Amino acid sequence: MAEFNVTINGEKRRLEVDPNTPLLWVLRDHLNLPGTKYGCGVAQCGACTVHLNGNAVRSCQLPISAVADNEITTIEGLSENGDHPVQKAWLEHDVPQCGYCQAGQIMSAAALLKNNPSPSDEDIENGMNGNICRCGTYTRIKAAIKSASDSKLV
Amino acid sequence: MSKVKTGMGRRSFIRNVSLASGGLIIGFSWLGCKRAAEEGTEEMALEMPDEWFELTGYLKIGDNGIVTIYSPNPEIGQNVKTSMPMLVAEELDVDWNNVIVEQAPLNTDVFTRQLAGGSQSIRQGWEPLRMAGATARQMLLTAAANQWEVPISELSADKGIINHTGSDRSIGYGEIAKAAAKIEVPEEVVLKENSKFKIIGTSRKNVDAKEIVTGQPLYGLDVQLDGMLIAMIVQPPAFGMELKSMDADEVKGMPGIKDVFTIDTYPEDMEKEWSDTTSFPKLVVVVGDSTWQVMQAKKALKIEWDLNTELTKQIEILEKSAGLSGSGGLENTDVHYSLMAEVGPKKSEMVRRDGNPESAFKNAARVIERSYSCPFLAHNCMEPMNFFANVTNGKAELLGPIQTPEFAEKSVSKRLGMDLEDIDIQMTRMGGGFGRRLYGHFLVEAAVISQKMGAPIKLVYTREDDMTNGVYRPAYQVTYRAALDGNNNLTAFHVNAGGISESPLFANRFPAGAIDNYLAESWAIESNISIGAFRAPRSNFIAGAEQSFLDELAEEMGKDPIQFRLDMLKRAENDPVGEENDYDPARYAGVLKMVRDKAGWDNNSSTLNRGVAAYYCHNSYVAQVLDISLKNNDPVIDKVTCAVDCGIVVNPDAAINMVEGGTIDGIGHALYSEITFKDGATQQNNFDSYRLIRHEEAPKKIEAHFVDNGIDPTGLGEPPFPPVQGALANALYKATGERFYKQPFITQLRNAGGDLKT
Ligand code: FES
Ligand code: FES
Repeated sequence: MAEFNVTINGEKRRLEVDPNTPLLWVLRDHLNLPGTKYGCGVAQCGACTVHLNGNAVRSCQLPISAVADNEITTIEGLSENGDHPVQKAWLEHDVPQCGYCQAGQIMSAAALLKNNPSPSDEDIENGMNGNICRCGTYTRIKAAIKSASDSKLV
Repeated sequence: MSKVKTGMGRRSFIRNVSLASGGLIIGFSWLGCKRAAEEGTEEMALEMPDEWFELTGYLKIGDNGIVTIYSPNPEIGQNVKTSMPMLVAEELDVDWNNVIVEQAPLNTDVFTRQLAGGSQSIRQGWEPLRMAGATARQMLLTAAANQWEVPISELSADKGIINHTGSDRSIGYGEIAKAAAKIEVPEEVVLKENSKFKIIGTSRKNVDAKEIVTGQPLYGLDVQLDGMLIAMIVQPPAFGMELKSMDADEVKGMPGIKDVFTIDTYPEDMEKEWSDTTSFPKLVVVVGDSTWQVMQAKKALKIEWDLNTELTKQIEILEKSAGLSGSGGLENTDVHYSLMAEVGPKKSEMVRRDGNPESAFKNAARVIERSYSCPFLAHNCMEPMNFFANVTNGKAELLGPIQTPEFAEKSVSKRLGMDLEDIDIQMTRMGGGFGRRLYGHFLVEAAVISQKMGAPIKLVYTREDDMTNGVYRPAYQVTYRAALDGNNNLTAFHVNAGGISESPLFANRFPAGAIDNYLAESWAIESNISIGAFRAPRSNFIAGAEQSFLDELAEEMGKDPIQFRLDMLKRAENDPVGEENDYDPARYAGVLKMVRDKAGWDNNSSTLNRGVAAYYCHNSYVAQVLDISLKNNDPVIDKVTCAVDCGIVVNPDAAINMVEGGTIDGIGHALYSEITFKDGATQQNNFDSYRLIRHEEAPKKIEAHFVDNGIDPTGLGEPPFPPVQGALANALYKATGERFYKQPFITQLRNAGGDLKT
């Protein structure tokens, strides 16, 4: 057990956990932020994607001890009112089926668009390839990313 | 317009009121309320009423006119939580923007068939849900008629407002709801004509969409309640093995660990439900404060496992009798395929026989015979199995993802010796179902663990637990034979199908009924590996195999594959063979003609690598044309055109989403996915060893077209999945010149191309 001070969604949080605990479980079990999902625990599905200083990372692979003073953003903190252009595009295209993978998809998409505001189809496929959707919403995800990109708000 | 009996006694109505107003200890608060989020209005939070009035048990109306509709069936991603309340709202004549949807708990007094399976929710809910809306509307109108002392026939309702034609009086549902709640439930109500629908047939957004995209807690795995502990299981490392001994002392002292013990979920003398499938009834359980701590403790446990000789003996005998040497009754995939090829067909039983197939085959000028097979599959719901249970003080509160709450309640009742009245089951939104959550052993396990701990617990499976737990889509094999005469006419058809450990045969489906001489046979080989329904059970393999065979047959006969099928369907329509055919040839032909048209089949079939397939299952008809190309020997699916007949389309955009998803899922599993066994152990335990289709492999474009025929609706969760596998195999043939007989197809493609990446 060790004490950690981390900044999540712009808020300072203090907690005491085993230093090896992945950020994913810290968020879900200790900080009451269950929007970040567990799908595989081995960096294969992308359900646990969060932003570390604006870049998409798999929180299941990031021990809390490595977070230090990096800024973490989770799906709950992506926007104030759920109105990030990617979230809006997701609503417009009514992307989710079961919805379980979608927080991770949205976090990956938001990071992708931040680095590449006008991605080609191939850029989208490459950038999103680490996020699995068992329900098969890939075509809608691509359409929504394009809408968000066209909105020029990202 | 049709009159229907409401069948709602006063009793069920009253009972539901008491239930909804405090009978449940967990209450609805954790699950929250969802308003119907319409485009452009998503920011408008609905104002909550001061008082609610229950009508019919399916809905309640607030004094300000807001309506809460309870969605009865489990939501696994098929979007029934939106489409089922739409049916109620339609007949209620309410503004969809004023509707809040809540997931109903299991309540057998009010609802029938609270189950997600077989693509039946909309089909079987079509009448009861509209009836519930119409009943409430009738009660509201009756109350208004009483108040104004006018005949009810002079009243009309629109968007939650009742109008009187004789005067300009009007009143909102909210204002009359209190009086309406006291009106006797009518015995009979009239349902709308289809042409009057205002909500059904219009696209409505997923009612949970806003919560999903903002990461609000919706799923079983998200449940966090005061005093709740985390429980995890350790299961045997192989099918056919069981616990021998365990040393938990060290682990019990690990940080955050509360207890380690074993459970027997299903003692031998317990009377089981069909849904109580599991390979591993005896489990080691670790309980602790947090998920990560319990995961670490699981790894540190010292457990010895043993052969379960009772289980392995039978398999060993089976393998020996076939001259195969396995691993002492622990199963292996290569042995499975040998058993299916050599032993299974010898155990065949005839299921259907028309005409004289034996003589037709004897006299044939040519016989074409092909065999197809597929591996076991894991469901891999993105949300692993889990359930919350609080079994304390003689009550059981259960909350989580389950497709069969009614059966699960019975299982818990029998396992814990509790009355049904003392068990409450509430359903969360589910991170996928696909059939996996029909089998509620995890719910029973959670209840047993909570009872033992005397505390609320959340049982959590890791991905590895989930993927190696069994309840798999079985491995199947089918052999087709077709007899052709000297003029290349099809004279007989023979299907012989089986699997480990069930057969995928549907003896009465097409092409049965279209051929004079027909023989269908079935077999199964026993196994220790548990199997279960997987999205479009049995169809999820045999459709693709059958549609591949028909494609090859059409080619051998020199016919266009669509015209070949249409000719057979014409025969089945005009002069069907046998009485038991369970499809409508005209509707079947309808989707084929539609896909031919929409895909421009006749114009560009020669230039594209395209395959076609059509199938009927779960009461719906789907035809697909798939266009493929190869890029460095990687399959690139350029487009899939789908034609669907599911009758009335309740929520069009959501229906398209289902067709897209089923199509991608079907392609993915046929191309990439596979569970294999070595010495009884599942060799894939996470997404690094098990392949699911990914973004870059998904079709570049999917088009969905629906037949508009006004027939009562049927489901969409499963029907688009099976046929696309045939369309894929047929398109791959065009692209490679090779036929694909064995799933996953990527193995053959890789062997053909040499350097394909997996
Ligand atoms: S849970 Fe982290 S990538 Fe799957
Ligand atoms: S929407 Fe179900 S896993 Fe993606």
